[in-house]
Amino acid sequence: MNFPDDLQYTREHEWCRVKGGRAVVGITDHAQDALGDVVYLELPKVGDVLKKGETFGVVESTKAVSDLFAPVSGKVVEVNDPLVDAPETVNEDPYEEGWMIQVEMSDPKELKELLDPAAYRKFLEEEAE
Amino acid sequence: MANPTGWKPSVEKESGGAGGPARPGTGGAVRGLAYEEKLIFEHAGGDRSGVSLPAPTGAWDPAREIPAGLLRGEVEGLPSLAELDVVRHFTRLSVWNHGIDTGFYPLGSCTMKYNPKSSEALARLPGFAAAHPLLPAEMCQGSLELMYRLERALSEISGFAGTTIAPAAGAHGELCGLMMIRAYHVARGNARKKVLIPDTAHGTNPASAAFNGYRTVEVKSGPDGRLHPDAVRAVMDEDVAAIMITNPNTLGVFESDIAAIAEVVHAKGGLVYGDGANLNALLGVARPGDMGFDVMQFNLHKTFATPHGGGGPGSGPVAVKEALLPFLPLPVVVREGAAYRLVADPAERPRTVGRLREFHGNFGMMVRAWALIRELGPEGLRRSAELAVLNANYVRARLQDVYHLPYATDSLHEVVFTDKLQKAAGVSTMDVAKALIDEGFHPPTVYFPLVVAGALMIEPTETESKETLDAFVEGMRAIAARAAADPDALHAAPVKPVRARLDETRAARKPVLRWTPGMALE
Repeated sequence: MNFPDDLQYTREHEWCRVKGGRAVVGITDHAQDALGDVVYLELPKVGDVLKKGETFGVVESTKAVSDLFAPVSGKVVEVNDPLVDAPETVNEDPYEEGWMIQVEMSDPKELKELLDPAAYRKFLEEEAE
Repeated sequence: MANPTGWKPSVEKESGGAGGPARPGTGGAVRGLAYEEKLIFEHAGGDRSGVSLPAPTGAWDPAREIPAGLLRGEVEGLPSLAELDVVRHFTRLSVWNHGIDTGFYPLGSCTMKYNPKSSEALARLPGFAAAHPLLPAEMCQGSLELMYRLERALSEISGFAGTTIAPAAGAHGELCGLMMIRAYHVARGNARKKVLIPDTAHGTNPASAAFNGYRTVEVKSGPDGRLHPDAVRAVMDEDVAAIMITNPNTLGVFESDIAAIAEVVHAKGGLVYGDGANLNALLGVARPGDMGFDVMQFNLHKTFATPHGGGGPGSGPVAVKEALLPFLPLPVVVREGAAYRLVADPAERPRTVGRLREFHGNFGMMVRAWALIRELGPEGLRRSAELAVLNANYVRARLQDVYHLPYATDSLHEVVFTDKLQKAAGVSTMDVAKALIDEGFHPPTVYFPLVVAGALMIEPTETESKETLDAFVEGMRAIAARAAADPDALHAAPVKPVRARLDETRAARKPVLRWTPGMALE
């Protein structure tokens, strides 16, 4: 399973790519694999204000409906709207085309609480036991 | 057409040929006079008709009676069929269906127990079935007495002071329970803001809390599948209106710390809501009211064997402790001497949360539940819980060497397995569930509870005989063996039913909700 080095991860299986003051957010390869075929997405609107750890949307697969949790606090400045009509992209390309939102971070210090790829892999191994 | 249902030849070999019995030890799925059936609109109609109406007489002119916008001279594509065509169409479709009267139906959490025909017969007595809900009290004393006695019985069985029998089903009961909790806190000057919900809960719990304006806070269960007092203490404060707990929980595990958890919540002024979805495991053995619960909803369609789902409606009575009695919704039945009266005027119960349902609730379900309670009696109810627990543990004991058991904790009325042992061969919970259809069994609940990856949740209920359980176990074991030997065959399962493996992903992503004449479907 692929966990790119340039990303940071949450224990709820979101990833976060920092570009200047912005964080691009999506769900991990592990998350899309565990969910199975994604069939529906609910994403926030541009301008919505997110708080780290709170839900910002919903992802639904043929197995289950799961909440999406904000890895950082801030304002939503971009939403990957085409994803809603092509939810299979989340399965096919979770880290590039499958990105979900971009957040203008209000407190970049929060990034320190996220996991690096090695720590996330370790967390997954522990969770599997 | 030699094979109108599209069954594949490989199955014929396996099942011993057309009409031959399935492999011994399965649920008895065989093939016989099974029909492919078109949509009713696709039936080539001659100009047959199922009715013969007299020719209109006199000067009646539809154009003068009905507004032009509502009048159609011709209806395109209306099937023109005889009564027998229509009867066969729907009868054939009906035999594609599966229900508890057809076979084993081990849907975990749903409690698909048998609905006794005696309960059905009593609910159909004209005095009950034809009673008009607006009858004056003196003309329906029997119906009111039944409601009163059912309310008393439910309160006693569960250990509460009083019960409303009005709510229409379980989730409606949750709504009602949380409305009373909110009313209770409002009456004390502060509605509070949050509801605590364990990660094993049914999805309806957070929905009901949100519907009542509460924010939900998830509480993690421990490695033994239980909720622990320390986990509750860590999130409990004076903004918490209530905690919602299902006991036994959705893992089929008894929350043995329930009394200590209730103490933690009560100490900060919160209430303890019980989701009675799994009460069938405790009937006659333990009472939620004695465990510290303040409010609890029943699901008569689970615990007391009234019909489910499409055969419903449900019924979701809610029991409360003394302190919440004033908030019960209306109407309630009271006994005055030898007579029964419906209290429906809020002037008489000024703190009521109001009316939640037209008339008295789903009265037919009340008759069925009362019939079952009287038929079984206290000993029989206890026996039903004991047998439900025994059956689940029998299935657990006979499958735990071939399916992974995520929690070693004792099971009550249902058991949760996972696909962990099948994963290596690429076989998932969904494959196992689909393959069970070929074995002649309805699949169990899958991918719930959410805390278990790849959950297979089996609830046999007290209904089933050892022979049925043995056949099911053989089917499950055969699937485990095939998962190791021929995983690809399981990806294609089921192959025996009239409709084989359906593409659920495409159905969800690209739903086609409307049929039109001549449309091309892949």
